[in-house]
Amino acid sequence: MLVSLQDATVRFGGRAVLDAVGLEVAEHEIVCVLGPSGSGKSTLLRAVAGLQPLDGGRVSLDGRNQAGVPAHRRGVGLMFQDHQLFPQRDVGGNVAFGLRMHGVSRRQQDERVRELLELVGLPGAAGRAVASLSGGEQQRVALARALAPRPRLLMLDEPLGQLDRSLRERLVVELRELFGQLGTTVLAVTHDQGEAFALADRVVVMRDGRIAQSGTPLEVWQRPADAFVARFLGFDNVVEGTVAGQAADTPWGKLPVPENAAQGTRTLLVRPAGVRLVEAGEGLPCTVAARTFRGTHVAVQLQPEDAPRLEAACALQDAPEAGERVGVEFDAAEVVVLD
Amino acid sequence: MAVPVAFFAVFFAWPVAAIVARGFKADGTWHFGRIADVVTQSDIRHVLWFTTWQALASTALTLLIALPGAYVFARFDFPGKQVLRAVVTVPFVLPTVVVGTAFLALVGRGGLLDELWGVRLDTTVWAILLAHVFFNYAVVVRTVGGLWAQLDPRQEEAARMLGASPLRAWRKVTLPALAPAVAAAALMVFLFTFTSFGVVQILGGPTFSTLEVEIYRQTSEIFDLSTAAVLTVVQFVAVGALLAVHAWTVRRRETALRLVDASVTARRPRGAREWGLLAGVLATVAVLLVLPLAVLVQRSLDTPDFGYYRALTHEDGGTFLVPPIEAIGNSLQYAVAATAVAVVIGGLAAAALARRDAGRLVRGFDALLMLPLGVSAVTVGFGFLIALDEPPLDLRSSWILVPLAQALVGVPFVVRTMLPVLRAVDARLREAAAVLGASPWRVWREVDLPLVRRALLVAAGFAFAVSLGEFGATVFIARPDRPTLPVAVARLLGRPGELNYGQAMALSTILMVVCAVALLVLERLRTDRTGEF
Repeated sequence: MLVSLQDATVRFGGRAVLDAVGLEVAEHEIVCVLGPSGSGKSTLLRAVAGLQPLDGGRVSLDGRNQAGVPAHRRGVGLMFQDHQLFPQRDVGGNVAFGLRMHGVSRRQQDERVRELLELVGLPGAAGRAVASLSGGEQQRVALARALAPRPRLLMLDEPLGQLDRSLRERLVVELRELFGQLGTTVLAVTHDQGEAFALADRVVVMRDGRIAQSGTPLEVWQRPADAFVARFLGFDNVVEGTVAGQAADTPWGKLPVPENAAQGTRTLLVRPAGVRLVEAGEGLPCTVAARTFRGTHVAVQLQPEDAPRLEAACALQDAPEAGERVGVEFDAAEVVVLD
Repeated sequence: MAVPVAFFAVFFAWPVAAIVARGFKADGTWHFGRIADVVTQSDIRHVLWFTTWQALASTALTLLIALPGAYVFARFDFPGKQVLRAVVTVPFVLPTVVVGTAFLALVGRGGLLDELWGVRLDTTVWAILLAHVFFNYAVVVRTVGGLWAQLDPRQEEAARMLGASPLRAWRKVTLPALAPAVAAAALMVFLFTFTSFGVVQILGGPTFSTLEVEIYRQTSEIFDLSTAAVLTVVQFVAVGALLAVHAWTVRRRETALRLVDASVTARRPRGAREWGLLAGVLATVAVLLVLPLAVLVQRSLDTPDFGYYRALTHEDGGTFLVPPIEAIGNSLQYAVAATAVAVVIGGLAAAALARRDAGRLVRGFDALLMLPLGVSAVTVGFGFLIALDEPPLDLRSSWILVPLAQALVGVPFVVRTMLPVLRAVDARLREAAAVLGASPWRVWREVDLPLVRRALLVAAGFAFAVSLGEFGATVFIARPDRPTLPVAVARLLGRPGELNYGQAMALSTILMVVCAVALLVLERLRTDRTGEF
């Protein structure tokens, strides 16, 4: 394993920001840590980088314990959330910084800078002032700077956090291609699930300094480990219920559940796609509280009589108007028994 | 950290301890009752009372005159603003002796007002008050105006949108944000005027005397060192209390305000009222800040063929063992040495203080560093005089004594200039360098130094100007045959006769020019450097 954390613990004034975290990253793997702000994900990166001393546990790189190794000797790269380009240096000076620190010759520096700027899509920008760069360009320069000394591990802190949506969506694809091409090992953190799913081979969800779930994007998306992960991924149809056989008793009535579901008192998730609207009078009676246009579909908020709200995903043409009364039925394939 | 601490221990704490011992210790026992004996003497009570009320009056007057200026500089854009900003700043770095002389030339006997209307103010307290305003105008404009310019005008607009009248919006939004800065500026002005020496020494005559002047008089005229020591301790305590309050207001000023770039908040004045305000401020600056200096220069040229200037080159054998002109060389040499010492000590101290993990002890040192500034030059000079003239450290005959005293006064300026810049360097920028393989020393060289180089130059400029004009400490310890410019001016003024008066004007003009040139050179260096950033 290239990176390995064992029981890594960091406390800020008594509060554990990292709480006995165990995490491994294999060579060439792209791992994305996903979590809300304050979940400890940035601290995780700083601990690996050597910028944040551990209060317990250990961080190993290539099997070697990094306790006592200062940041500048760890040979890892870190791209900061707001890039932190050196304002007094031009683009070339920023990219060459790590090379200079490693005593690379002037000629090789120039060559590597040119090569990297080309790689990140900014050929010939070496002489430009940092202040003249747009947000997206700064992000590319920061990436080139982090890649220049060929770190064995590249860490990204909210790599696309401050960019606008369309740029973010384009860059995330570019990044993934680039890392695949270079074979870079990447540990990234983000609060944006879309970004994490698009970038990562493996997603690690963090909550309050602990790892809540780890798996491929598909696994995490299909089977959130618990109600927290489900809600964090944007699923709001989460409810307590009692599973018996192929059905569960919930405030929304009897829900069909998949075969071999865990029995007993459970938390259940119903994906919006599994909430089918039917004629009023059939199924669970609901009133349409609101509808939100989402581009590919319409998200419909439904208010049952004595139960929490439900969200349904409808095709554009058959979404009901707000105030309409409808009935609701559930699709077993889209119901997940959590825990 | 160790170097600045040692420096302060030897050149500040020890002299102060020596003063205390001199004041309260007789025949090997302590007599703290002396403090009551001294302050109940009627002439000393008079000095204490005058020191306090003139400082209060000066502060009030300065705020009254300078606050409109702060507003104009913060919110209006007008042609020549940059030049005017420089003009306003110059008085602050001018030597007190020059300012005293300039006001003497304006309102004193045979001064401009005397010639025109027969008005003389030099026997009244007004001359002192006006000179104090002259000095501290820049303090208020820079401290208050600097913050005012960065306050987001949209905050006031937000209040207006919520239904507040313009005045109410200003009172409820801008004023509270500004209040700590006003308080800090007022305290600074109070501190400077409370410990005023050069100005009062020259303009006060026999009637008006501040604590500083009294300490000097007790030492050099009456030779009552123990009374001087007691007075020094009284002043020390007062200043310490003021500094504590100041530190508190500074902390309050640092509370989160939404600041914006100053360049976006200023606009052209609109309407007769705003143009009138601008004209009023310009007129104030002209009359109060420019006129005295102009009169000074005019007086120094008041004989044919630069007579006063030529007289400076003659040895007169009287109070001077050397031609007064040699004072220029002395002053420059001392100032260069003092600047070097102040920058090294102040830079090290600022670097230590800027560390985010700096503990309570280190932060306490921050306040301690400010003490020499407030505790006044006379204390420093007096302390040097009685502490460093005998083994183990006998520097009485060494020329380095003067630069050391001047550096002590300059260090707070260096720290004040460097500290905010060092603190403003984003810690993550350093981390970014470290992750890219820079060792801590390289991080400092590659990240911190380029960012603070400008501040370092400004700090050096300040230290240079301060030591060039330093009077209170130098007058105690400069050797008779090696006077600095301010000391030479004071000596000339202390003697009767038109030639001496004229020579004092001439020497003051030279000092003013040297100071201005030094500042302009640095200002130039500074703008050259900005091209890099």
